[in-house]
Amino acid sequence: MTITTPGVSPVTVTSGITLSVDGVDITVPKGTLVIRAAEQLGVEIPRFCDHPLLAPVAACRMCLVEIEGQPKPQPACAVTVAEGMKVRTQVTSELAEQAQQGVMEFLLINHPLDCPVCDKGGECPLQNQALSHGRAESRFTGVKRTFPKPINVSAQILLDRERCVSCARCTRFADEIAGDPFIDLLERGAKQQVGTSSDQPFDSYFSGNTVQICPVGALTSAKYRFRSRPFDLISTPTVCEHCASGCGLRTDVRRSTVLRRLAWDEPAVNEEWNCDKGRFAFGYAAEGRLTHPMVRDESGELVVASWPEAMSIAAAGLRRAGSRTAVLTGGRLTLEDAYSYSKFARSVLGTDDVDFRSRPSSAEEIEFLAALVAGKPVGPTYAELESAPVVVLAGLDAEDESPMVFLRLRKGARLTGVKVFTVAPFASAGVAKVNGRVLTAVPGAEAAVLDSLADEVSGARDENRLEAARLLREPGAVLLVGERLAQSPGALSAAARVAKATGAALGWVPRRAGERGALDAGAIAGLLPGGRPITSDAARREAAAVWGVDPASLPGSPGRDLGAVVAAVNADTKAIAAAAKPSDVVRSVQALLIGGVEANDLADPAAFVAALDAVPFLVSLEQRHSEVTARADVVLPVAAVAEKAGTFLDWEGRPREFAQVFREALTLSDSRVLAMLAAELDASFGRGDIASVRGELASFGSWHGDRAQAPGHAPPEAPSVGSDEVVLATWRQLLDRGLLQEGDPFLGATARAGVARISAARATLLAVATGEAVTISTATGSITLPALVTTMPDDVVWLPANSDGSNPRVTLGAGHGDIVRISGGVV
Amino acid sequence: MALTPILTAHWDEPDSHTIGGYRRHGGYDMVPVSLGVHPDEVIALVKESGLRGRGGAGFPTGMKWGFVPQNDGKPHYLVVNADESEPGACKDIPLMLANPHSLVEGCIHAAYAIRANHAFIYIRGEVPHAVRRVTAAVAEAYAAGFLGKDILGSGFDLDIVVHSGAGAYICGEETALLDSLEGRRGQPRLKPPFPAVAGLYASPTVINNVETIANIPTIIRNGADWFKQFGTEKSPGFKLFAVSGHVERPGIYEASLGTTMRELLEYAGGVRAGHELKFWIPGGSSVPMLLPEHLDTPLTYEDMAGLGTMLGTGTPMVFDETTSVVRAISRWMHFYKHESCGKCTPCREGTFWLEQMLERFEAGTAIEADIETVDEICKQIAGRSFCALGDAAATPYAPALKYFREEFLAGTHTSADELFDPVAATVFAGAAAR
Repeated sequence: MTITTPGVSPVTVTSGITLSVDGVDITVPKGTLVIRAAEQLGVEIPRFCDHPLLAPVAACRMCLVEIEGQPKPQPACAVTVAEGMKVRTQVTSELAEQAQQGVMEFLLINHPLDCPVCDKGGECPLQNQALSHGRAESRFTGVKRTFPKPINVSAQILLDRERCVSCARCTRFADEIAGDPFIDLLERGAKQQVGTSSDQPFDSYFSGNTVQICPVGALTSAKYRFRSRPFDLISTPTVCEHCASGCGLRTDVRRSTVLRRLAWDEPAVNEEWNCDKGRFAFGYAAEGRLTHPMVRDESGELVVASWPEAMSIAAAGLRRAGSRTAVLTGGRLTLEDAYSYSKFARSVLGTDDVDFRSRPSSAEEIEFLAALVAGKPVGPTYAELESAPVVVLAGLDAEDESPMVFLRLRKGARLTGVKVFTVAPFASAGVAKVNGRVLTAVPGAEAAVLDSLADEVSGARDENRLEAARLLREPGAVLLVGERLAQSPGALSAAARVAKATGAALGWVPRRAGERGALDAGAIAGLLPGGRPITSDAARREAAAVWGVDPASLPGSPGRDLGAVVAAVNADTKAIAAAAKPSDVVRSVQALLIGGVEANDLADPAAFVAALDAVPFLVSLEQRHSEVTARADVVLPVAAVAEKAGTFLDWEGRPREFAQVFREALTLSDSRVLAMLAAELDASFGRGDIASVRGELASFGSWHGDRAQAPGHAPPEAPSVGSDEVVLATWRQLLDRGLLQEGDPFLGATARAGVARISAARATLLAVATGEAVTISTATGSITLPALVTTMPDDVVWLPANSDGSNPRVTLGAGHGDIVRISGGVV
Repeated sequence: MALTPILTAHWDEPDSHTIGGYRRHGGYDMVPVSLGVHPDEVIALVKESGLRGRGGAGFPTGMKWGFVPQNDGKPHYLVVNADESEPGACKDIPLMLANPHSLVEGCIHAAYAIRANHAFIYIRGEVPHAVRRVTAAVAEAYAAGFLGKDILGSGFDLDIVVHSGAGAYICGEETALLDSLEGRRGQPRLKPPFPAVAGLYASPTVINNVETIANIPTIIRNGADWFKQFGTEKSPGFKLFAVSGHVERPGIYEASLGTTMRELLEYAGGVRAGHELKFWIPGGSSVPMLLPEHLDTPLTYEDMAGLGTMLGTGTPMVFDETTSVVRAISRWMHFYKHESCGKCTPCREGTFWLEQMLERFEAGTAIEADIETVDEICKQIAGRSFCALGDAAATPYAPALKYFREEFLAGTHTSADELFDPVAATVFAGAAAR
């Protein structure tokens, strides 16, 4: 067995160490800390600075215990067990008890004891342990140390210094776990305090964890400060909807309002951490929601309607369109909801025009997912990342796009020597923090770089490539691909070739929480649930059996993806406009059923909006107003995650089930709405409730039949780039203008400012320095941002994909790999 | 016992701090000798001499050097702790001013013995004159070929870096010193690993006091037996005793270990004329005080331990009857509170509390129960803090209470200033009387 202790290299345990704690013998692995051994016996030694995921510091001295043979009491959090060691804790040792009471008395002399107004009151380790291990009254009658209160460590994190017990959990978290050592202890003695440097703000995607692990009320979040007392909260274990990391959370509710979310203890997934987006971005579900169904009145205005009226209009429209309906869904869907769309499309509408990828995508991606991802068992896993000899990332910036993958990689890099390589144009901040090395790829050239890894010798000139290629062939090696590779033709084919050639485990890390579930639910053209090819008779028979329909009624050939659907609508429109007799033109797409798609997320937002305008009938299942609801014939409001139970499959494929937070919620899940629609269409569909949907999903079981071959697309020729042109690299930063981050201004204020990354040579050419404006433009528009000179290829510019002042898809009509013009200054 | 001027032999010469002055008396002559033998022989010689660390703890130097793993493929470092900051301690700084080359030469022998090619001299930041002296001495040694590459053709390289601290007492704690030297905040490190295994830059490191290192050339030159003729079996050698306080001639008196305080007082001209000894402290404020009845106990590591105190830095402070014990303890408490690094709770909070409590005794506003409370606070610090600084802060009160309880009782109604005129205890008061 292998155990890992923070700050210590993992040790392989060959035999246990037997010690006694309070007279009871226990055998634990070598390297175990006394405090952990005592925990296993149910002896809780009080502690503040100790945290099982942080390296010991033994600073607070609260956990002092008596160890036979030692003249002084010893900190249980820092002493490792030894054979025959006799430990006596406060339970049996007067010395230990006195030492702990003494430390507690000291901790309280400078503590304000303002528990009645402190957010931590009621869930405070200091408060709790003062009651269990302290004296009833303080003997301190002097003058306490005070500080002006509070100070902003960041826009979100507030610090009341007088409450701090200098345990250094926050600073150690920032330094060890997040790799953002921008808070540290300053000053000395009783004046010691947590602070930031004047020129380096606490710029961390993980800052909220410091609030959670603070054992006193010194660190609070602007989001939650003074909002509630812990004993007034109702807590529900939930799963984060913001990305495919799958973090376990605890959602705390007071009077039907979500007040905060905490990272929950999920050792296999997020350990005890989460990112600030998952922690603080939940305001979107509280404001601006659709509350009632809406339909078009005679004048074409959207007006509130009753559910039966809206249902009957929606059903009528869909009945008319039938299999000429396309079903487009977005990344917010749970596994169960995605499954219902998948089933509704095939069994009710008889269409296979289904796509969950509301983002730039490709047909090659469908082939890739069908062959290598859909319906596959869990893995590679977080644990495998931590122990892999190498993890190669391609088209994936882990810190921005899957923060828990990033934290695991950092843990692995720091403690077990995991080597990380990234196929990217440059080393982002997150890559540096995992000691990652860049296998430099201009956007579009990812396939070529990956192919050089498949063939161990071809990249011989590049030492990093050679090492990555060698390590990928070691057992346990992992290759992780991000959704961005779909924008780089041939790259996913190349990734499949690398995995096959090297034997490395291949993981697909989409950015959104719902994508892996939607894939496995078959919410994509060509695939039925569980990765079953729709072209397979056996697969259709299995699906038809579960759905209780005639197999012949299911579409037997792959449908169109989102891009093809949009193109078809717009082509029909064109044909109608050109036709002498428009009524002769039969539209191939007559209705759209859309849930969770945002126009600006797509490769071509304008074409999508044009299709929305043109399509004869549009039904929208949505939480909030959008471009789609504005154009829909029928708008049906659906539940946000806190209002329903569900499951997200994280990037590993691990089911992450969560419970309903608002048990009294009146909103309906997408599944329930689709079930009602199906009933209105007289189709056999089931109730769409969580239990029956999960039951159906379970009855599908695994698919053992044939699968599509992995794609074998060859990379395209490298495009020629003019002297004032560069290739655009772009992805979304974790904190940006994403719709699910609306309503959280403190969080928004901690987002990283938009910059345009260019190489030093390019900067010289443009006569700009870091901080000076550069303008990136196309025929569609231009973006001007401060330059950030970066070690990267000269013919690449990087822009954030959806940050303040930078949304290249919308403004430039350009995405990852497209060619754009660049110039210095403001144009 | 007579004085034994060895380290101090030539301090009265005007050029004692220069390489010329040092070499005139054989300085650096032993460098080729030790570089010509196997490093283990140097360690063996120092072990044989029984030299114990002069920084306060008295750990056997040769044994410390022997802990450094060999052939481990890592660089080794020698660090000289010249952060002399203990109240009452004033021996390393005079040594660095008067004879810095003895320190530099000691570094050469020590670094060679432990296979270090880099040595650092970490000097208290408040003494820039000492930093200048040592820096100049190191430059002279480089110029003369005793430092740098291939010293005297031996193939041994040694670079010495003189580093000035930034004014923190805690950096005299060896692991805090290492953190400070690495550019971090000076706070003690968790042990294990010990510096001999993972010290400076996580590499094997030996940390020695200035006086300890300055002793090395004399041992190399004269041998272990010569060294052991001084002192006692358990405390061999000689010591810079820096006598301060209410004596006629405060200063450094170099004598064999085992010399008594009564003898040192005689060398120092006795207690100020017209006054009598009230109490004394053998080695810095961090060790328990002693009374006149203890004057005849030999000043050795073992005999001081026998009295429940420590030889410490060997820098006795002498207090006559004009001294308010309460005020003295209060000053030290202020010092420890000011210098607590803040890392651990007992020291950070305990010194903060103790300072306020002692101020009450000093002001005459304490209550009788405070006497016990302070005692308990000290017990809650001692043995529970992260490093020895907390222990040091908790040390002075108990013996003071034991010997002078009535002064603390008086602190419940009368201020220390009323009981003991602060002016009477000053040097200028004595001068005026004369």
